[in-house]
Parts: sequence; structure tokens; C-alpha cells
Amino acid sequence: MIEVTNLSKHFGSKLAVDNLSFTVKKGDVLGFLGPNGAGKSTTMRMVTGFLPPSSGDAKICGISIVNDPAAAKHKIGYLPESAPLYNDMTVIGFLKFCAEIRGLSGSSKKDAVEKAIETCFLSSVAHQAIDTLSKGYRHRTCLAQALLHDPEVLILDEPTDGLDPNQKFEVRQLIKRLGHDKAILFSTHILEEVEASCTRAVIVDQGKIVADGTPAELLEQSGTGSLTDLFRTVTTRDTAA
Amino acid sequence: MSSLTIYKRELKSYFGQPTAYAIIFIFLILSLGLTFTFGNFMRVGDASLQYSFFFWHPWLYMLLAPAVGMKLWADEQRNGTIELLGTFPVSTWSAIIGKFFAAATVSLVALILTFPIIITVNYLGNPDNGSIISGYLGSLLVCCTFLAITMLVSACTRDQVVCLIVSVAICTIMVLCGYDDFTRELAKATSTSTVEAIVSFGVWDHFSSLNRGLFRLQDFVWFSTFIGLCLLGTSTILNAKRA
Repeated sequence: MIEVTNLSKHFGSKLAVDNLSFTVKKGDVLGFLGPNGAGKSTTMRMVTGFLPPSSGDAKICGISIVNDPAAAKHKIGYLPESAPLYNDMTVIGFLKFCAEIRGLSGSSKKDAVEKAIETCFLSSVAHQAIDTLSKGYRHRTCLAQALLHDPEVLILDEPTDGLDPNQKFEVRQLIKRLGHDKAILFSTHILEEVEASCTRAVIVDQGKIVADGTPAELLEQSGTGSLTDLFRTVTTRDTAA
Repeated sequence: MSSLTIYKRELKSYFGQPTAYAIIFIFLILSLGLTFTFGNFMRVGDASLQYSFFFWHPWLYMLLAPAVGMKLWADEQRNGTIELLGTFPVSTWSAIIGKFFAAATVSLVALILTFPIIITVNYLGNPDNGSIISGYLGSLLVCCTFLAITMLVSACTRDQVVCLIVSVAICTIMVLCGYDDFTRELAKATSTSTVEAIVSFGVWDHFSSLNRGLFRLQDFVWFSTFIGLCLLGTSTILNAKRA
């Protein structure tokens, strides 16, 4: 469903993503780990078609995001890192706008918005202005936007960042549930999340994949049975330089 | 289709908040106020709106059009919603068109609401309504030109204040270039060909002919080329920023 081949991104002379390749199949939940600045968000932005890659390609359900971005974008639901929203709209107004822009109309639009509100537990704030929402609700509103058109591929950039433990649990359960019939790529800093909801995980450092396997394989590779130990061994610390 | 969705969202955003109302209110107060005071509408006794009413429009637009357009892209970039927009299945171009027409609609509403002046001038005298209509068209085109400039500047920055200041500066230059008093002073300092080149950059030449009721192809070409280039520039900048 997601096929990334030799993806690279330069920002001026800086190489942010270095020849990255990986695949996420239907039913897979791939955890994307790595220290801050490792290139996780840049990779996701390229896969979703926001940033053009310097070289390489990403195929979404067989459609190249470089050659046919509009068709590929139809297949993707994306939650950006900071969960950006139009603050001047209400939750339901925003979701209706997103549904319309995704080509939904009439009763299919109404049903999609209702379903997304229900899935993300937003009914109590549906008619509230977005700029009055708490961080948890903002995050879930943005997540709802990604689920509206029932996409085959979900790309979530730190979906549990800034949520309280209850909300984190809910989102993890949701990812797990959705993972049965979708291909999900999500980035996180929380290593327990990998064990809780991923079928596979990759660790990225300085734009390269430094570890790849199922959570069990990674635990074995660590030698100590701790993902934190493995993470600290294979990645560079930003204080190292 | 997606342009229309974006157009509706932007329009709701303008009219769901005080922005549009404040700008329209100020435009109405100033344009009608200036007509009856400095415009000498009553004293001149001429059943025309050319000098008393339309004369003030470019001066008002150079301040108000940037206020309408400054948020268009600056806000998207500051809030990060440009990332959402960039991953929706819509082209940059349709987003630009949707946003531009929403801003143009705000100015159209403001212009339509000046209708009492048409009633007044028809009540008091026997004006040439054809030239009033072409004056309105010219006024709208000047406003759209300034909105297009603001949109271009807005794509360059995430800071609305910077966008406002820079756009007002550019629009002011465009109003001054071709304004009689200014060109007279300019003619003393430089050659005629330089003055002509500067005047052609200004809006007066094109606005005045429409204001007099003249439909010249060259004016429409000038306005549409200028607006088109600004929108094209906006698209280029937005795409280049991502690369």
C-alpha cells in the first residue's frame, strides 16, 4: 500500500532524508521512530505529497505521489505534527469543509462527518469554535479530518503527542483497530507505543534506517529486552556533536 | 469544484468575523464622506461621479485592499494549515483562485453598498449611467489588482503585519505613479520616457479612462495581465517554498 523507494530530501546542503526505502502493507501498522530532527516528519511530508522529494518516489496503492499527486492524495489520510486547524471554524464546519474538498457531497458527506465525529469522540464539541478547544480535542479534530474519506492509507505524525494518558490510550486503541484494514504509518517518541500498537517498527537516524523489525525482533536485537536501550545504541544523540 | 469549496470557506471566514464588516464600514464612511466633503459633490453641481466619488477609490484601496488580503496565505503559513491544504487533493492554483475571488467578493460587496450615491446623483440630475457603471468596473479592477499584489506578498511571509506594510507600500507607489501632481514633479527631474514608463506602472491611466466611460481593450489587458502575473507569482512562490 505504501512503497517508499530511495527517497531523499536535501534542504540546501543539508541532507534530511538519505535514500530511505520501506514498505507498509494493508493490515500493517508501522511505527516510525527516531530522535528529533532524524527526518521522520520530512519523510511523511514527502509521502503525503506536501514536499516534493529531491530524488526517489513513494507509491500509494500503486500510484506515484510524484507523477500523479492528486490521485495518490485521495488515498491518504494525514495528521500533521502540530494538528493544524482553521481556528475561525466550528468542528463540524471544518469537517464538512474537509469532506467537501475530498469530493464528498450530499448524504455521503453528512454520513462521513457523523462517523468521524463518533469515531474521534467529538460530539460534545461538534458545534464549538475550534479556537476554544483544548489540545486533546484539537488533536482529535485533526485526526477526524484524516479519517473522513475512509482512506486506505493513514499517515499520522506523532498522533499521541500532548495528549493525557486516557486520550493516549484511546488513540492507540483506535490506531490498532483501524490497522486491520488499512496501511498505517505513524511516528512517535514513546517507545511503549510501539509495543502497544505496531506490527512493525523502523528506527531512523540522520535520515537513514538504522533498525527495522517487529517489536519482538527489535527487543531481541536490543540484547537487554528494552527498546529504550536499542534506541540509545543505534541513534546519535544531539549532544554528541 | 475545489476552488468553490475554498471560496466558500474563505468567504465564511471573512463574514464570520468582524474583519469584512469593519473594512466595508470604513470604506463606506470614507468613500461617501470624502465625496460630500473634499469631493465637493454638491457644490460642483455636476451630475457625474468621476471626480467627486471615484477619484478617492484608489487612495482608499491602497490601504484597505491589503487589509482584506493580508491573511490569505500568511495565516495559512503561520497556523500550519498550508500543510493540510497541500495534502488535500487540490492544486495550489485552485486554492489561489478560490481565495482571490473570496477577497474580491468582499470588495464587490463594499462597492455595491455605495448604491445610495447612484440614487442621489440620479435624483439630483441626469447623469450618464453608462460611465458610472464603467467607473464601478474600473474601481473593482483597481481593487482586484491591489488584492492580487497583497496575495503575492502574503505568499512570501507568515507575518500579517509585514504583509500589510509591504503591500500598502507597493500599492501606494502604484497610486502615486501616474497621479498628476507626482508626475509633474517627476518630469522636472527625469526624461519624458522615464516618466512615461513610471506612469504606465501606475493605475490612474487605466482607471481614469474607464472612469470616463471609455472601454479600451488595452486597459483590460493591463489589469488582467497584472492580476494574472501576481497570481502566477503567488503559485510559483508557494511551490518554491516547499521545494
